[in-house]
Parts: sequence; C-alpha cells; structure tokens
Amino acid sequence: MYDIIVIGAGVTGCAIARALSRYQVRVCVLERASDVCEGSSKANSGIVHAGFDAKPGSLKAKLNVAGARKMPALSRELDFAFVNNEALVLCFEESQLDDLKALYERGIENGVEGLELLDADAVQRIEPALNHVAGALLAKTSGIVCPFELTLAMAENAYENGAEFRFGEAVQQISPISGGYAVTTGNGTYEARIVVNAAGLYADRIHNMVCPDPITITPRRGEYFLLDKDCGNLVQRTIFQLPTKMGKGILVSPTAHGNLLIGPSAENIEDKENTATTSAGLASVRERAALSASDIPYNKVITSFTGLRAVGDTGDFIIGEAAEGFFDAAGIESPGLTSAPAIGEYLCELIGKRIDLTKKPDFKATRKGVTHFAQLSREAQNALIRENPAYGSIVCRCEQITAGEILDAIHRPLGATTLDGVKRRTRAGMGRCQAGFCTPRVMELLAEAQGIPLTDVRKR
Amino acid sequence: MREFDLAVIGGGPAGMAAALAAKESGLERIVIFERDSVMGGILNQCIHNGFGLHTFQEELTGPEYAERYFRKVQEAGIPYETGTMVLDITPDRQITVISRERGVETVQAASVILAMGCRERPRGTLGIAGFRPQGIYTAGTAQRLLNIDGVLPGKEAVILGSGDIGLIMARRMTLEGAHVSAVFELMPYCNGLNRNVVQCLEDYNIPLHLSHTVVEIHGKDKLEGVTVAAVENGKPVPGSEEYFPCDILLLSCGLIPENELSRGCGIGINPLTNGPVVDDRLETNIEGVFACGNVLHIHDLVDYVSAEAAQAGRSAAAFVQGQRGDGGETHQIIPGDGVRYTVPCSFHRNSREDTHLRFRVRSIYRDATILISCGDQVIAKRKAPVLLPSEMQDITLKYPLLEQADADIIVRIEGVTA
Repeated sequence: MYDIIVIGAGVTGCAIARALSRYQVRVCVLERASDVCEGSSKANSGIVHAGFDAKPGSLKAKLNVAGARKMPALSRELDFAFVNNEALVLCFEESQLDDLKALYERGIENGVEGLELLDADAVQRIEPALNHVAGALLAKTSGIVCPFELTLAMAENAYENGAEFRFGEAVQQISPISGGYAVTTGNGTYEARIVVNAAGLYADRIHNMVCPDPITITPRRGEYFLLDKDCGNLVQRTIFQLPTKMGKGILVSPTAHGNLLIGPSAENIEDKENTATTSAGLASVRERAALSASDIPYNKVITSFTGLRAVGDTGDFIIGEAAEGFFDAAGIESPGLTSAPAIGEYLCELIGKRIDLTKKPDFKATRKGVTHFAQLSREAQNALIRENPAYGSIVCRCEQITAGEILDAIHRPLGATTLDGVKRRTRAGMGRCQAGFCTPRVMELLAEAQGIPLTDVRKR
Repeated sequence: MREFDLAVIGGGPAGMAAALAAKESGLERIVIFERDSVMGGILNQCIHNGFGLHTFQEELTGPEYAERYFRKVQEAGIPYETGTMVLDITPDRQITVISRERGVETVQAASVILAMGCRERPRGTLGIAGFRPQGIYTAGTAQRLLNIDGVLPGKEAVILGSGDIGLIMARRMTLEGAHVSAVFELMPYCNGLNRNVVQCLEDYNIPLHLSHTVVEIHGKDKLEGVTVAAVENGKPVPGSEEYFPCDILLLSCGLIPENELSRGCGIGINPLTNGPVVDDRLETNIEGVFACGNVLHIHDLVDYVSAEAAQAGRSAAAFVQGQRGDGGETHQIIPGDGVRYTVPCSFHRNSREDTHLRFRVRSIYRDATILISCGDQVIAKRKAPVLLPSEMQDITLKYPLLEQADADIIVRIEGVTA
C-alpha cells in the first residue's frame, strides 16, 4: 500500500509529488498519458502571474502570490528557465482607467509587490511596438517560464526523491477500503492511504467517483499562435489587456525561449479531448491581439495550438479534503501554473493533518536539467564533446540541439519515450522548421535506445 | 586557427559544383563543410530519375548525380568534412563549426560560398485548423523516411501542395503500396514541373485539384482524415467542403532558402526570394561571401544549380586571386510586370563575363514575350509560347550588351495571362 497516490502528472500533480517527496512517505503518481505534462499543462501561456488579478482572499490570490514568490528560487534549485520580464496590463479607454486603478488596488490587497500605474507616454517609451493606450499597470514581479520545463523539473526531482510515476494508467474506479482507497486503472489496482485528485480536465470524474456532492470541470478552449524567434523582441514584457469575465484577454508575450506567443482565446466547450484549433478561434485571437499591437508579423507564425483550461464551478481553485483521505486539487485554471509550487506545499499542509509527514533526512532539493549545449562557453562545449562526442553532432538545426542532449533526455530519470517527449525536454523540433529535418534522426535515436523498430516510434 | 582560401558551406550539389569550379580556377586551399554524415545533400533521398539531362546529357537518379560530383571532388583532392555543421559566419569570414571529431572550432576563410540549400514550409505556417496528430509530414521528411530509412509512413495519403517533392512522393507512395487519393493545390496553377504532373500523377490516375486546400485536420493522436474545400479569391468556398479519410498528409507547400547563417552574418536578404541579394558575380553585400543553389533562390532542376554554383566558384577564385577588376559602375536589375524576382539583383557594367539572368514569372502566360530593357531601350527579348511560375527562366546576357547598359535593367513579361 502506498501512503499517497496522486492522480495526474500535470504541473499540479508533479508539484504535489515533489512537495510530498520531501517526506518519508511512499508516493505514486498515476498518469493516463505516456509522459508528464500531457494535458492542460502543455498548452498554456507559461506566465508567472504577479497575482493582481485574483479576488482578494481567494485561494487563487493566496496561492498565486505565494507561487510567484517561490518561482525565482525554484528555477535555480531545479534548473529551469525563469525570466523576470515584467508585465503590462493595457487600458485602451480613458473611461476604463478606474478599472485599471481598481486592478492595481486589488494587487496591493493581494500583497503583490512592484506594481505601478503608467501613463500613455511611459508605456510608449518602454514598449514602442504597442498601440496607443490610455494607461497601463506595470507588474515588475511578473515573469515567464517554459511550462514543460517547470513540470519536468518538479517531476524528475520528485522521482529522484523516491516518488513513483506510472504512465498509461487511466483511473476507472476508486473504492474506499480499510484505511484508504483502492484505485483501479486499466492496468490494475493500487492502494493508498491518501488519494490526491490532480486530474486536470477530468478532476470532476475523479472527484465524483468518491464524493457524493459532484463538481463540474468545464474545458475552456484557448488558441494560440507561436511566432519565430525573429519576432521574440517585438515586446519585452508580457502584454495583457484589462481582464474581462472570460479571462485575461489576449496576451502578447515573449516566451522563456525567445519566441513570441499570441493568445489565448477563451471559449467554453463540451469535449475534454477537443484540442483542435479552429479558424474562427484563431481569427479572434488575431483580431483582439491587434488592439495591443497592430504590427504583429503573422507571416512568421511557426505553429498554432489549442490548450484546454480546467475551469471549476466555484470561480476559485477547488483544493481541500473532499472525503476522508481524499484531497482535491481541482479547477486549477489560470493562474494554476504560477500557483503550482504553492499548491504542492498547501496540499502537504492539509495531508499532514491526516497522516504523519516526517521530513526525509536525505531529501535532494536540486535537480540538473538537460545541458543546453548552445548556451555553454566554447571551453565547456569542447570539454563536453571530448567526454561524449555525441555533443558534437547537431540533430535539430533550428534550435541547435545536439545528439548528446537528445540521448540525455532519453536516458535521464523519467526519460523521454516519444518524439514529443524529446521535444519538450530538449526543444529539438520546436524551431522554425517544426521538426522537418530532425524527425527521422530523433526517431532513430529513440528506436535504438528502446530497441524497437522505427515504425513503432510514437509522436506521443 | 586553420586558414582556407575558400570555405564552402554545404556539400550538396551546389557546394560540390562550386568547390570544383574554384579548384579548376586555381584555388588550392578549399574545404567543404557538410552537416550530414555523407556528401550529396538532399539528392541522396531523391532516388527517382530525371537528373542530369543538361549537365551529363543522360538521365540519372539523384544519388547517381551526387555520386558523379562527389567522385570529381575526390579526384580533385578537395577536402570535405562531413558531420560538421557551421554555427556562425562573421563578416570578416571567420567560420565557427562543430563536429564530433574536432569539437567547436573557428577557421578563417579568404572567401566563403553559401550553399546551405533550403527547407520545407511546415504545417504550422499554413494556418490549417484542427488537431496536431501523428501522420502529418512535409513531403521531404516522408521521402527521407521512405528512401533512406526504409519506412513507409502511411497507407492512405492525401497530398497538400503541388510542389515537385509532393508530386514525386505521390508516385513513390503509390509504388510502395500506399493509396494516394489526391493532390490539392491552393493556387489555380500547379507549382511543380509539368513532366512530374504527367509522370507522377497522370500515369497513376492520381487527381490534381487546383484551387483547393485542406481546411481542417481530423484525429487527435493519429491522423484520421482531412476536410478539403474549393478556394476562390484566396478564401475557402462555404459548402464545398469534402472529407477525405487518410492516415498520412504530405505537405509540399513551398521551400524556404535556409539563410539563418547569412542573416547572422549581416547579409542582405531579398524578401522576394528569401535568399541573399547578390550581384552578377553571385557576391552578397559582404565582400568575399558568395551564394548559389537553393539557399540563393529555389531551383527546379539540379542541373541549373550546378551551373549557377560553378559561377560562384569561379567568382570566389577570382576574388581570392585578386584577378577581378573593379567591374565599373553597377546598376540594378529590377523585376517588372509579371516577374516575381530576378537573380542577380544588380550587375557590373565591365565584368567582362556573360550574366545568367534567372527569374520566375508571377502567373501563367501564353504567347508571351520576355522583354529586357535599359532606360527606354529594349536590349533583349525572347518569345515563349508559355511561361509557368513553376519553371525558372534562365536568359544569358552577353557581356558586350551589359557593357552598353548605362542604367538599371528592367525585366518584364508581355503576354496573355491564363
């Protein structure tokens, strides 16, 4: 019997697993997909929100601000990219300046530091590519991360500290047993004293398997454009528009790796699997982004994608002990990515009231990511090639990713087993040719490492 | 630091022909850097025939054509370094390369020839709505999987785009036992060569639908089908949608010259070709740096690539040997009515060499005349029963003609657009 089963290996589940791995408990993460970060976590804006947006006193407000505060140190501890690029919330109409001021005050109430109201000239000075605005809110603590890197970093660290990860495990049933729960998947039954529901879009199904009072998670579709690194400097900061009921508006932002991201749309849909883009959705993104900046070079789009946010029915995150020994971490929509590290610790607090959580003496707080060869000094590069010539062989031309990095991604803890897995761990295939050149070569490396024929290599 | 008279970036047909011509012109210290493990570039995966009719007066396959040049490179004793990728070129022609054997190294070259080729336009740039499943490949990626790795990547295919690689792959997939239901082309004309339409589609009863495009991709994890619609004035026609089941969608929607290194070096790029702006010597705005082949502009026949590259090789040799004059005044070559672009973009009046003027037309012309004028005067004209955007035009301007040209040259088409 495990002490704790976490259902879902998205950013929330991995943050919880990482937080729990500090303690002397047996943790198992069950994930239906073949890798971590395969649901909502893989397709979002990657923004570390400052925390001015959420309703004061809400879990969203509390965990957002706490998560954002943790992020810089966490990025050093777990070796992932965090860029403190700041954010601007644009206000286009003089008549809405009061709303902007209210947002500023809400941020102060939430405990956000580094907020400042700017006039039109100040905005134009720091972000000349933007259209004329009436004013803007500057959030100096806002930042950007790569969502894959953040999730992988926490998962790998949890794994190195003893958490088990089981993939291809779609939970079908959860039954109370003496002293805990039996969780049945397509592959078998696993028992644990505590179950944590971090199932993202499916958190309602998991919750409703155990609890009499049902919850509903609605997929909210968000469509994005990703532009070539040539355009990554169009703006320096993450550019928001004054929030509306449907979300934070369309953002224009550099990514942690220097591309330009435009999106997301916001549309509630029925189908939790419908991650297709639509021509109407993408058109609406373009139309609304044009409010912020008229000259976005859409001929530099390298891909477009859809993410589904897991929207709960309470307006806030749904976190707590929903039945004895059964904890929800549900409805983790925006600012979920930012909040994840704080959600992990919050869950530990709650679980600690139910079972004994004693710290491990040998917890390893740090994790070393895949070496980004291109970012090393010439000396370090040559030392690495001498030690392992695979680093002298470039596989992904656009992002200059070496065979050494790809082999590291395959062989490291919780290593990649698919093309997408390699892509998310190394960026091979994320460049402007979108894997045209490197696909066959990465397939060869995967097939060889796994001892399978080329035809059995999967995209995901 | 190793020093070379000429560093050629890319060991495909352009790079090999350029290096050979430079060697024949007397350059000694030459090196070819090739990122793949073998020389030959993209020709290695082009196992169909149709190569070499101009260069060798016989019909070869891609690997055979490459092999001929590779042998010449070996016989000429030109050093080549495979598995070696260029990371950076500076304006003073220092080149940083990486390889397993030598690590990261910077070399000095007296001259550089850019011959990096091109890449394919990926799905993400096409704006097709829908899922992102397994089963969508650019035609060249599928060609590599099939011809080099021996993997048939799908059994029921749809092809979007009528570029030559797509047409070739329609036949190739069919020969390997797959079913190709159709080729769809957004434009009202085919983007591939007519001979490929005949030999790769018509001979196998594969329909080509012009003015059609894929508007939606179906299948979450694996491709299940595509929705195709007719296109009018660049927009899908409502009600014309048709569903085609398929497990593979091949994209042959255009090629993009691969100029990341050129841009990094400060080389001016012509937005009409996405290749460097070059003069009649195929020299870029950075002195001593030349360009040829598909990195300069997209060619339809490798034979033309070889000819163009040889000129770049001769130019580089003349530059290094200090044998070229100042060339006299320079004038622009401007694409006029009906002409999409020209290569070169300018010429020296006294270069004392014939200039190959290469260009493409904007749309299909019948009973056309190509007019080349300088000031008020037409200095050259050529009649053509038909001009197609898919066929690169190549007109030789004799140097005495250019010597007399005292103003910019304009190339334009007169004729009936079809």
